[in-house]
Amino acid sequence: MSLDRNHNLKFDWITILLFLLLVGFGWVNIFSASATGEISSYFDMSQPFGKQLIFILFTLVLIILILSIEAKFYERFASVIYLASILSLLGLFVIGKTVNGATSWYAIGGMTLQPSEFAKMATALAVAKYISDLQTNIKSVNDQIKTALIIFVPAFLILLQNDAGSTIVYASFFFVFYREGIPHVYLLLGFAVILLSISALKFGVITTAIIVGVFILIHHFFIQKKNKNILKPIFIIVISTVFAFSVNFFYSNVLKPHQQDRISLWLRLEKDPAKLEAMKRDILYNLNESEKAISSGGFAGKGFLEGTRTIGKFVPEQHTDYIFSTVGEEWGFIGSSIVVILFVLLIIRILHLSELQKSQFSRVYGYSVASIFLMHFMINIGMVMGLIPTIGIPLPFFSYGGSGLWGFTILLFVFVKLDSNRINEW
Amino acid sequence: MRKLLLFSVVLLVGIVFIIRLFYLQVYSSEAYNIYEDNAIRKVFHYPKRGYVYDRKGKLLVANQPSYDVMIIPREVKPLDTLEFCGLLKISKEDFIKKYNRNYRYSPRIAQVFLAHLSKENYAVLSEKMHKFEGFYIQKRSLRDYQTTIGANVLGYIAEANQKEINADPYYRMGDLIGKQGIELSYENELRGVKGVKFIQKDRFNRDLGPYKNGAFDTIPTAGKDVTVTIDAELQEYGELLMQNKVGGIVAIEPASGEILSLISAPSYNPNLLVGRSRSRNYTKLNNDSIHLPLIDKGLLRMHEPGSPFKALIALTALQEGVLDVNTKVTCYHGYVYGRNGRKMGCHCGGGVRVLNTGISKSCNAYFATAYRKTIEKYDDASHAMDVWSNHIRSFGLGNYLGYDLTIGKKGNIPDGAYYDKWYPDFKWQATTTLSNAIGQGEVLVTPIQLANMTAAIANRGYYLTPHIIKSIEGQNLDKKYTTVHNTTIEKRHFEPVIQGLFDVYNKGTAAFLQIPGIEICGKTGTAENFTKIDSVRTQLTDHSIFIAFAPKDNPKIAIAVLVENGYFGARFAGRIASLMIEKYIKGNITRTDLETWVTSRTLEHEYEKPFSGEPFGINANSRVLLVEDYEREKKAKQSLNKLE
Repeated sequence: MSLDRNHNLKFDWITILLFLLLVGFGWVNIFSASATGEISSYFDMSQPFGKQLIFILFTLVLIILILSIEAKFYERFASVIYLASILSLLGLFVIGKTVNGATSWYAIGGMTLQPSEFAKMATALAVAKYISDLQTNIKSVNDQIKTALIIFVPAFLILLQNDAGSTIVYASFFFVFYREGIPHVYLLLGFAVILLSISALKFGVITTAIIVGVFILIHHFFIQKKNKNILKPIFIIVISTVFAFSVNFFYSNVLKPHQQDRISLWLRLEKDPAKLEAMKRDILYNLNESEKAISSGGFAGKGFLEGTRTIGKFVPEQHTDYIFSTVGEEWGFIGSSIVVILFVLLIIRILHLSELQKSQFSRVYGYSVASIFLMHFMINIGMVMGLIPTIGIPLPFFSYGGSGLWGFTILLFVFVKLDSNRINEW
Repeated sequence: MRKLLLFSVVLLVGIVFIIRLFYLQVYSSEAYNIYEDNAIRKVFHYPKRGYVYDRKGKLLVANQPSYDVMIIPREVKPLDTLEFCGLLKISKEDFIKKYNRNYRYSPRIAQVFLAHLSKENYAVLSEKMHKFEGFYIQKRSLRDYQTTIGANVLGYIAEANQKEINADPYYRMGDLIGKQGIELSYENELRGVKGVKFIQKDRFNRDLGPYKNGAFDTIPTAGKDVTVTIDAELQEYGELLMQNKVGGIVAIEPASGEILSLISAPSYNPNLLVGRSRSRNYTKLNNDSIHLPLIDKGLLRMHEPGSPFKALIALTALQEGVLDVNTKVTCYHGYVYGRNGRKMGCHCGGGVRVLNTGISKSCNAYFATAYRKTIEKYDDASHAMDVWSNHIRSFGLGNYLGYDLTIGKKGNIPDGAYYDKWYPDFKWQATTTLSNAIGQGEVLVTPIQLANMTAAIANRGYYLTPHIIKSIEGQNLDKKYTTVHNTTIEKRHFEPVIQGLFDVYNKGTAAFLQIPGIEICGKTGTAENFTKIDSVRTQLTDHSIFIAFAPKDNPKIAIAVLVENGYFGARFAGRIASLMIEKYIKGNITRTDLETWVTSRTLEHEYEKPFSGEPFGINANSRVLLVEDYEREKKAKQSLNKLE
């Protein structure tokens, strides 16, 4: 026990400092985005900034709790935590509360709780646990399928709750698998899927098939030296064509109209200028306003509580998914760049620590944490700045919301705890 | 290698984000301008526009309230159009047309739906306005002309157009701006500075309260009152005399350069260009191609100066020392010159002329000699022409005068280079340009230039830039208008010429225009003029021109009168000049015979000739008509046309 006590102070203070900076600056911006008129108290519970302050204070309690539990607990109880998380997701189908079309919340008294925010951490633990099991060989297809199932179950449940954005986050586990040794062909496959999907939507199935055919045949006849079996390239072309066809089918028959519109706008699929205008007006309203707000911030920003578009609430849901536009307007290029750099530093720090881990469990978990943060960071800020289609997921530590904040905090601090314990591993 | 994938993706995303931020916030972002920020509503408070007074303190232009119905198309809710149209006194088709026009312009921006409600309509409408969402009434200030005279001088205000808005960011869509006359020249002084309130709004266009507690708000500064040099009584009298004629009168106080009256005939009531019927009236005035009422004839009509120019020929000849007051020239009813024996006719009666009689009898032969001597003083005709031109230009001719009205013409005073360009092949000489001697040929002037020239003669050798502004509340007069411009002619040469101009009245071509008790100096003039009818150059009846100043010593008024197609100078222009001088100096008219003659006669038939499509006679072959006769003949012609 005496040893333990010494090592409990071996937390990675750089990660903790980055966390505190992000949470603190995040709250400042929530304050700006939600404050109206006279401020009676920073703890005004009728206002988002007041609630968020309470959430942040409770977060500190959570952190102490997480850090004081023994590190081995998380590995040992990973499966239990995962099962509990799946149950909490299933429970939503019975007593879930629907907000903005997504049945993702439990209503407890006046509060709401979003179990999907915690499911990410549970899934990460389960994945780490399974991969680090001595009997698991990630290079075997059988184990690959089993690991994929661990991710697929919560992802599918969340999709059924109509929260497509949160589902996409589970794609981030690909980075984890790749790091742990799945064959390179998956990376190739991943790229192929993305390129084929975009090409199928943008240029149509036939054009895509022709492009794929030309490339594959050039490769077969001019580059590849041995193995002149003609069946393989033909098989790839057929599979690609079928895939391209199914992407188009998926786009037109499975996706909801608003999802179609977002993709259509991103890929510039709509040619009729009148329709395009209408789409831009209706769908791009948020994006337009958010880009305008960011752009109007200029180099140095308008200053704290001085953002005219923030005060006027021109960007809807600005304190949640679009919080970065407040940063852009009030803190300008300097402030926004600092936020981007802080996120990059945090993710790289987690990656660096993961590589230092002696136990595979800690490393896989750390990798999952970094990947999940990257996914949120990339999708949220990319969306707010108009680089990718609208996908509604929060910016970690910045967006308003208790579940999100707690989910990300637990996710991060479990890793901080695992990391602090790495000396004791042997 | 596997370790690097996620690491590189993180770095890549970070870099792409910072590039995008740079693009959005630094590269494509413009400096913050609160006026461009549609999160801030700007509410403007327009100050009182300055009043305009005449030189004697008579109020000419004041303000009146006007009410515009404004619309924000996006906010319009279904309404009882029948009631609304009834209140506005417009038809439903009109309503739909206007609404669509507004919507096309912008669904979001507040704009004028119907301008200038009558006071009665406003009273009824304002009570019911709450029923019609998306519409509101905006009070504005319009000009209220207290007079019917001086339309072209006073000018008018109207909504600023896009070009004016681009040129000066002070103006915004719907703001009023001076378009002509004093309103344009003294726009900045008259308008004052509007106040602005900045109001933070939300995305539903609702007001949230003053932006930064009103730290940037400003209060309006009232426009300054302005006194102009115009004598309203004289201006009114001049406009009366110019009825049924086309032309201009410019009267200047020689000692100060103040413009006493600036008459353009025909004029119109300035109130026509105020309010709802403004654009209809404007079109009507703009389309009158016979009278061109919107063209200020006093400033814009370029014409040959005719005989008044002889005064300058005499002065330059004296200054150049090519003749003296006693040099004798014999007139053989004309002046023969050139290799082919060309002849310039003369109507002075013939005989021996000296300077005095040359001027008073307006002898062409005398001035042809004087001009020829001036140009032949130097071997190089081009140089001599430059010297001559320089003297003439020192009277303010041949270039913009620099007065404080924004329109004008340069006129033309030829110099050596001018003729070198015309005759590049052979050497030209004095006789080539001899028409200049009698104010014809290449010399062109505007009435205000003539008046200024007269003032310079009256002052014995200097003038002050003519101006319309007498004083601006709390502001000193621009130095430009108190600076003396000296002519290149020595003072001593003026007396004999002025004596000659006096004798024009005393015993010469204007003897019948004498005003008892006032010593007037003047000069008649006749200017040939041409028009194109079906692209054939056709001569019209000469313009009647007259310049004069009085009294001879210590002159109070210098005047130039142009009556288009009025034939010889003394007929219309001379009479009008005499009457104007009497009116200004005495305040009442003793030569009522002259007044009756002028006011009872019309030149309308002259102006209709080029448009009639029939052959017509000019000058001596044309008659001057009494107004009644003209009306009668017109009626007869109309009924004849009907019969046919």
